[in-house]
Amino acid sequence: MSIRIYVPKDACAIACGADDVVAAIQAAALARREPVEIVRNGSRGMLWLEPMVEVVTPEGRIAYGPVEEADVEGLFEAGFLAGGAHALRIGKPEEHPFLAKQTRLTFARCGIIDPASYSDYVAMGGYKGLERALALGPAEIIEEVKKSGLRGRGGAGFPTAIKWKTVADAQGDRKYIVCNADEGDSGTFADRMIMEGDPFELIEGMTIAGIAVGATKGYVYTRSEYPHAIAAMEKAIEVARAHGMLGVNIAGSAYSFDMEVRMGAGAYVCGEETALLDSLEGKRGTVRAKPPLPAHKGLFQKPTVINNVLSLTAVPHILADGGEKYANFGMGRSRGTMPIQIAGNVRYGGLFETAFGIPLGELINDIGGGTASGKPVKAAQVGGPLGAYVPTWQFDLPFDYEAFAAKDALIGHGGIVVFDETADMPKMARFAMEFCSVESCGKCTPCRIGSTRGVELMDRIMAGERVEANLATLTDLCQTMKLGSLCALGGFTPYPVLSALNHFPEEFGAPPRLEAAE
Amino acid sequence: MPHYEPWSEERARTVIAEFAHLEGPLMPMLHAIQETFGHVPDAIVPMLAEHLNISRAEVHGVVTFYHDFRHEPAGRHVLKICRAEACQAAGGDALAEHAEHKLGCKLGETTADGRVTVEPIYCLGLCATAPSAMLDGKIVARLNERRLDTLIAEAQS
Ligand SMILES: Cc1cc2nc3c(=O)[nH]c(=O)nc-3n(C[C@H](O)[C@H](O)[C@H](O)COP(=O)(O)O)c2cc1C
Ligand code: SF4
Ligand code: FES
Repeated sequence: MSIRIYVPKDACAIACGADDVVAAIQAAALARREPVEIVRNGSRGMLWLEPMVEVVTPEGRIAYGPVEEADVEGLFEAGFLAGGAHALRIGKPEEHPFLAKQTRLTFARCGIIDPASYSDYVAMGGYKGLERALALGPAEIIEEVKKSGLRGRGGAGFPTAIKWKTVADAQGDRKYIVCNADEGDSGTFADRMIMEGDPFELIEGMTIAGIAVGATKGYVYTRSEYPHAIAAMEKAIEVARAHGMLGVNIAGSAYSFDMEVRMGAGAYVCGEETALLDSLEGKRGTVRAKPPLPAHKGLFQKPTVINNVLSLTAVPHILADGGEKYANFGMGRSRGTMPIQIAGNVRYGGLFETAFGIPLGELINDIGGGTASGKPVKAAQVGGPLGAYVPTWQFDLPFDYEAFAAKDALIGHGGIVVFDETADMPKMARFAMEFCSVESCGKCTPCRIGSTRGVELMDRIMAGERVEANLATLTDLCQTMKLGSLCALGGFTPYPVLSALNHFPEEFGAPPRLEAAE
Repeated sequence: MPHYEPWSEERARTVIAEFAHLEGPLMPMLHAIQETFGHVPDAIVPMLAEHLNISRAEVHGVVTFYHDFRHEPAGRHVLKICRAEACQAAGGDALAEHAEHKLGCKLGETTADGRVTVEPIYCLGLCATAPSAMLDGKIVARLNERRLDTLIAEAQS
């Protein structure tokens, strides 16, 4: 019998050489006449260990990592096919503290199953949520989601059940489910990992949403930077169709639902829901004024649910196990689990799914192991390019929407980018303005013109020109952008800028903040 | 190395026809045109306008809005270096400068011999193994000067 070996097909693993490792394993196995079967799984999320190779032994799966092509010969010599000792041996992945400490609901299967295998998905609880949804019917599905307390994971944290109810109640000859998989924030990759590692979960979540609101068509809009995710999604859609889980009369029921993947073209603003809808329609990705809400007039002017990947992939669990069980996790009004992404200058970067409420410092220092450079941590940008820089003296902040908002910070899509002491804060503030000017959709002046003025002001401040006056103008400009922008691109760019300035004023040539040592 | 076809109106028509059945077909059509010809030629604009029954200005507006669509063919190889925050935190600035120095051109430009176009990209979703880059669609993470030199040599070959 052949020995089964798992080598991730996750983009992160591939970018770290997984395809070369596969070729080397095949060559070495052939030379030794050892029959092996290689499965390309998703990633478990211990990304510093990628490519992480797992061998199925009588004791369970034994992991080795990070494996490079050049390590493969040595692994065979060490008897890794039987789980033999080697410097790269991790042991059982599920016993690794990074995984053992997590509460995995959305990511329960990611990295374990073959993402293209329908039977793997079903064997690990897949489609249990849909089965119950079909038994409950639309109104009860929405009630279950309401009980769960699920809030949108795309950034704004809007209650998912309310959105669904609005679309369910809206009149329309056609309704849509649109999955926002644009994931443009630096430091985020959870959507990508799910699409690559457990795509059926997204299909199931969208199907349940379709049944709940009466939509028959779904679109996954994702970025052109994600070719591997697109391929994995398309493959899974094909397989689901072949199993009667997409198309007419899903799973033999009276409901019909089908879906497609669409690709953006390198515009960050297309992650904003209304710009995304315009882009899907084949227009420039400009932000629409609200009202009308997408729930009333969305894609092609039809009632539309637009949700992030992580919101939709939470749904199968909520339906399968009940909304109350999901709501038992978390704190305050942030219920359930959040797949948190730890990235940047960090030692143990990866995907950490846990209940809301965990302190930021624990994520960065204990779980993330501090910086990769070994230098002290200086700050972390949380929530992508529109998120604030959080300094170390605020690291006791619990991961919770309201707690972050109270400190002028945001959780966003759950990405944490760690910076060490060499980070140049004025440069990061300038970058935030520059990014806004490059990505602005151009609809409103504070964002379109203000961000360019912001870059110029930062250039002067960094050159030491009339610093006090220019900082006053910068603060004023940020206020205008916050109040006068139509969407969060212009409206939130002030957060990284002002947090950098307020927490590290001396780097901008301003007097140091008094409570810096608190 | 990617292989592109020379412009042909007839070929363009078949590419467009492939997506005619979709709802909101313009973006998929533009992607397919660029994949076929290496860029979005001006000549396609009136064809798309006629096909979709919208104005040329509207098509032009869409083509120019998105960073991905090229007006001109790129160099033979395209090296995209991630310039977003996580990659900056992991030493990406020095690598971008190194690439500019080695290639003798700035990000957003093509080398004088037309071999390599080097561009910034804002996040590849590889932020936990930053810094990252992409060479003609091949993704590379844990970039350092040595790995970058290998990529550049590959691009220049
Ligand atoms: C500039 C900008 C970019 C955004 N990018 C994304 C994104 O990449 N993914 C996402 O899910 N939401 C993004 N959002 C938030 C969406 O507008 C919207 O709130 C979300 O898709 C709603 O889904 P949810 O309720 O499931 O979170 C962005 C918002 C703005 C203003
Ligand atoms: S804030 Fe910027 S991106 Fe948002 S609508 Fe206004 S111009 Fe467009
Ligand atoms: S910031 Fe470079 S890959 Fe995400």
